[in-house]
Amino acid sequence: MGEVFRFDPLSLPPECEILRREVRAFLAEERAAGAWGPSSDFAQSHSPEFSRRLGKRGWIGMTWPRKYGGQERSFLERYVVTEELLAAGAPVGAHWVADRQSGPLILRFGTESQRQEILPRIVSGECYFCIGMSEPDSGSDLASIRTKATPVAGGFAISGRKIWTSSAHKAHYMIALCRTSPATDKDRHQGLSQLVVDLKTPGLAIRPIKNLAGAQHFNEVVFDDVFVPSERMIGQPGDGWKQVTSELGYERSGPERFLSTFRLLAEFVRRAGPDPDEREAEAIGRFVAHLATLRRMSLSVAGMLQKGEMVNLEAAVVKDLGTNLEREIPEIVRLVAKRGRSPNRADLMEEALAAGVLNAPSYTIRGGTREILRGIVARGLGLR
Amino acid sequence: MTDTLVQDSARRLFADLVPPAVVNAAEAGTWPVELWDAVAEAGFPDALAASAETPGDLAGMADAAAILREAGRHAAPLPLAESMLARWLLAGAGIAAPEGPLTIAPVERREAFTLRRDGRLSGKATGVPWAAQSAGIVIVADGLVALIPPQAADIRAGESLAGDPRDDISVDAVGAAKPAAAGVDAALVYRLGALTRAVLIAGALDAVLKLTVQYANDRVQFGRPIGKFQAIQQQLAILAENVAASGVVADAAVAAAAGQGDLAFAVAVAKSRCGEAAGKVAEIAHQVHGAIGFTHEHRLHHLTRRLWSWRDEFGVESEWSIELGRLAASKGGDGLWPLLTAW
Repeated sequence: MGEVFRFDPLSLPPECEILRREVRAFLAEERAAGAWGPSSDFAQSHSPEFSRRLGKRGWIGMTWPRKYGGQERSFLERYVVTEELLAAGAPVGAHWVADRQSGPLILRFGTESQRQEILPRIVSGECYFCIGMSEPDSGSDLASIRTKATPVAGGFAISGRKIWTSSAHKAHYMIALCRTSPATDKDRHQGLSQLVVDLKTPGLAIRPIKNLAGAQHFNEVVFDDVFVPSERMIGQPGDGWKQVTSELGYERSGPERFLSTFRLLAEFVRRAGPDPDEREAEAIGRFVAHLATLRRMSLSVAGMLQKGEMVNLEAAVVKDLGTNLEREIPEIVRLVAKRGRSPNRADLMEEALAAGVLNAPSYTIRGGTREILRGIVARGLGLR
Repeated sequence: MTDTLVQDSARRLFADLVPPAVVNAAEAGTWPVELWDAVAEAGFPDALAASAETPGDLAGMADAAAILREAGRHAAPLPLAESMLARWLLAGAGIAAPEGPLTIAPVERREAFTLRRDGRLSGKATGVPWAAQSAGIVIVADGLVALIPPQAADIRAGESLAGDPRDDISVDAVGAAKPAAAGVDAALVYRLGALTRAVLIAGALDAVLKLTVQYANDRVQFGRPIGKFQAIQQQLAILAENVAASGVVADAAVAAAAGQGDLAFAVAVAKSRCGEAAGKVAEIAHQVHGAIGFTHEHRLHHLTRRLWSWRDEFGVESEWSIELGRLAASKGGDGLWPLLTAW
């Protein structure tokens, strides 16, 4: 067994630090305007106004070619913008999926007309996507999906159900993973395709599912003979699995996989004050050590992605370690922090703590469960 | 980043000369003559001293760390990290280093020596590695580097959890003392000691991962290798993730020592994170190995007992976490993120 993982060291180039200062200045203005309350969980917020302001700055789709409205910035520059937004708790939820996942997918596998039609609207912060993968009977076992896209004149008719679809009720499009031909005994990943579905199409119904925190983020989306024109197919029919798995390095290694409860930690530090007791100092310092480590690992993966390398294994490591840390922060803060809500004004730490405790279960499920990630790591170790 | 030639030669040397029998003999009190002679011959104890371009700089840290990582991987029972630091301190102060293994003191944060005007050095230190076997004890006190022959110290022998010598010493003697190189003081030496432990831990963790995966693939129960069971796979994934994290922060701390980044922050992060990983990894590795791994005959304990020792030396995780926590608190809630991104 050689070295199992590769985490090449990375130093951010100077242009990234210049950009970081610009983003911080922008966020300071935003905070001064009081337009939003901070949450560092990317799924917790949705602000089309903020997304449009971010789009004006050129910070959505910023790595894409200029002809589609992008800035042709590096993936590392995008990383810096993303981590600054998350750490500040900015409301990135509206454009998040389109920027991170759907746009890059269309850029990579889509047709020229799909790119021209959709990418500039994503860049301006006006066009939002959701991801149609999970189904009632298909969670971690994604290849078992049954939603079917049947060829009809001029396109496909989709029937089936998608579930846990975040922000479907606020998005314009879904990238739906569908069966276009049956799986074979030899290869169950065969016959899957991705289609861009306009969520206003007749026959499509979106039903909200309230989560345990009382919020509506995810939905059930029911397809009853929903017509999708052939030109909405992304890539070749049957390439769906390959396309879905090619993006995992991007989805699983970013700062959103360890910063979801960062605002809580920052509020805990504020509460502890400049002279923390030993328990507070130890808890804070341990989280600082873990965050600093994870950021190094995540940046290292970003550097390898920038070079076009395959990093699914390293990304699984970052996501498992990172989401476990996200869950641990509220568990420790509740024990160590000086608690007690002030009756007459908002208590940011208690609010962040409540959100952290209630949303914690989702961190180690969304985007690949802890168990699936560890299975990937075990395969990398040569155990499967 | 590291010189792969150095790393390769260290890997070969330790692989050839540190079989389990040598570790067992050393733990039973036999100084590993052949191993030390080979290490000295290869110039490893001078890795830091010889590369310094100006007195006291750490230009040699990448090479030194590459060697120590291999020493950790093979559980080498030698005061190699201590000799590297000692020879670097002596060279920085312009004191000729004696032949043979050297050690440093103190190795606890709260212990210190004082150097009096008449040139007498006095103080006590606990857990000093290989003090009795060393050719000299190097002590930094009050801006000076002093070299004390072990005969001049009152030494009470002890040992670490790994059976490596860790002696309590009491010194009240006159030794060769000269001003330390600029910027070098007892706090820096302590920090560099912690860095060596993080690197040794990272090396040993690599080896524990390899051993444990091998065992899981070889050991058959219920008709298949235990590594085919998801319960085992999930545990090995956690183990491997901690190994990966430790390697990344140990490397980052080494880079910081060589001038890229904030050394104080990087070492605190590395010792805290690697120490935590050491405990988790040792626990899982032993669980996967079952009873055979708990025997003296199996070599897993050569690594795990060193992990348990090294995580305690030059500051346990909580000590470094508290330092980091105080630093973060001094920057305030709004300073936390800039602190993380400045590294």
